[in-house]
Amino acid sequence: MTSHPHVLPGRLAYFTGSRSERGALLAFAVLILVLLPLGLDVFRLNIFGKYLTYAFVAVGLVLCWGLGGILSLGQGVFFGLGGYCMAMFLKLEASDPVSTAIQSTPGIPDFMDWNQLTALPWFWEPFHSLAFTLVAVIVVPTVFAFVLGSALFHRRVGGVYFAIITQAVASILSILIVGQQGLTGGLNGITDLRTLLGWDIRSDAAKYVLYYVNAFLLLAVILGGAYIRNCKLGRILVGIRDQEDRVRFTGYNVAAFKTFIFCVAAAFSAIGGAMFTLQVGFMSPTFVGIVPSIEMVVFCAVGGRLSLVGAAVGTLVVNFAKTTFSESFPELWLFAMGALFIGVVSAFPLGLAGLYERHLAPRLSRWRQGGSAAAVLSSTPGE
Amino acid sequence: MFDGYTASELVSIFVMQGFAGLILFSVFLLMALGLAIIFGQMGVINMAHGEFMILGAYMTYLTSHVFKGAFPGIYGAYFLVAIVVAALAGAALGWLLEWALIRHLYHRPLDTLLATWGVSMILQQIYRSIFGAREVGVELPDWLMGAFHLSDTIELPVNGVFVFALTAAISTIILFMMFRSRWGLQVRAVVQNRPMAGAAGINGTRVDRMTFALGCGVASIAGAAFTMIGSTGPTAGQLYIVDTFLVVVFGGAQSLFGTIASAFSISQSQSSLEFFMSGSMAKVFTLLTVVGILLLRPQGLFVLKMRK
Repeated sequence: MTSHPHVLPGRLAYFTGSRSERGALLAFAVLILVLLPLGLDVFRLNIFGKYLTYAFVAVGLVLCWGLGGILSLGQGVFFGLGGYCMAMFLKLEASDPVSTAIQSTPGIPDFMDWNQLTALPWFWEPFHSLAFTLVAVIVVPTVFAFVLGSALFHRRVGGVYFAIITQAVASILSILIVGQQGLTGGLNGITDLRTLLGWDIRSDAAKYVLYYVNAFLLLAVILGGAYIRNCKLGRILVGIRDQEDRVRFTGYNVAAFKTFIFCVAAAFSAIGGAMFTLQVGFMSPTFVGIVPSIEMVVFCAVGGRLSLVGAAVGTLVVNFAKTTFSESFPELWLFAMGALFIGVVSAFPLGLAGLYERHLAPRLSRWRQGGSAAAVLSSTPGE
Repeated sequence: MFDGYTASELVSIFVMQGFAGLILFSVFLLMALGLAIIFGQMGVINMAHGEFMILGAYMTYLTSHVFKGAFPGIYGAYFLVAIVVAALAGAALGWLLEWALIRHLYHRPLDTLLATWGVSMILQQIYRSIFGAREVGVELPDWLMGAFHLSDTIELPVNGVFVFALTAAISTIILFMMFRSRWGLQVRAVVQNRPMAGAAGINGTRVDRMTFALGCGVASIAGAAFTMIGSTGPTAGQLYIVDTFLVVVFGGAQSLFGTIASAFSISQSQSSLEFFMSGSMAKVFTLLTVVGILLLRPQGLFVLKMRK
């Protein structure tokens, strides 16, 4: 991907977009880097860190669904694959022969021993290496998305068909993980993860460090997403979303563009999954199946399917509401969630970001213009 | 895989598993027919379809209780009444849903998918509040108990035979309505070319609403049939919805015969495989095969050729 300086002035503008987007991104960065760590104790901060890992999926969905018009109902697959890759490494480290000496086969993960396995399965072997694991976290889900995407998009499968097939894939993978208990840990998932290269990931200090790593990665992913959206690639994707045939007749390889953005969304989700495993300390098939995958679409829809920062904020808002509500009114929560689905789709298709753009942003700019018109005029988007 | 079985045992296994597959086929088919009609005509993905099925199951449960309390003498007949009650309740709710929500979203099929998912969550919670989170079952009437003994090793349960006969009857009625009635003619006209059908004086909006209600009613009948072979919980519909969508897509949308063929092949392969491997692996294997075939042939088994 090369940059196209003739489209927009200034290189930085690719990453930051318009003025209001820049403001939103800055406000979001202050929120997750300064306000949340200052205002919350380490336990609550860890929970918000967990929410932020879902935001990776939501940001991926903005690119793939909002920008490219490809609705994937199987993003949990990629989140899960990334998370499982990380969990396999951590589990192998936690199952060294000394600490698993009481097992009938020491040196293999405990759930394998419970399921009468006597040797490590072949596909677990490479996960002894951290370098391999870090590569696998990105590569495995991306290759999987590439196979799925290129097969379907080249045959011009899109829209609801694509959504249904991705949903079936999510269903298959979660059934497979639950069914193969000896290889995957089954319904419980891979639990009891302790250290990363000897560094205890359960201590308070580690939680702070992991939270910040996660937050910076999320900001990097949002900037990367903004770059994709603002460069020529993003324009072509919007064209594909709105008039696919016209873009095809103009000579573009539509399938290649769609596959690319689907892979990017998958890679983003996988980073989120790996960070989830590190921060929460386990990975289970409950994050792979149909229900979590479709919930992640709702995080994105609530925040705004066209806004990268909006999607991340939407994820935080919905999850915070879910935790708060379901603690005190578990019954009401499902009604609220259902109503949220219906309301967001039929009344506010652009989500929170759309509401902000339409109602709050004009007032803000009017107020700002009244205050210091000269300052607004002198600033250009290219700075 | 076949080691340790004699030839006659293998035949019995395949007949019995084949019959179990026929029952699964019945539920799949009734679910998928409704979905295929709705999806084929309106391009609407109804994620709440499973909840309409569960509505039918709960209606059957209620009817059986009413009969037990009020007319214990003719308790055996409750199931026939329950089918009608379930169909009417499903159709009424479907009519309401189409009027309140679906018709506003026709031009945004992906959004319908999300909105109906929201509907399904709300319906699930309503079921949970009314009927409780635990699964409920109905008592089978006497005439549905027992089994037909075909040979020493083969026996077919009566309730299964009845469910299959019911499915055959409903499917025949639907096919007859689609291809022989005036309403079916209108539906097929709207599917093929909505503006031209409108120009010929067909009220597309009314046909849509009728179709949606009919599809939901058939799903509820599937739920009534489902109570004959299993118990019902608030989230049972969700277990079937993905399989049913695959049935529709695999068969080729807009082709009812394709739906029948794909429901048959998916249910048969799943139940035959279930005998030789665990249930979950059988399901994985079947779904993977279906997805694999769809990757190679995305238009499904049968295609209705038409101009776009």
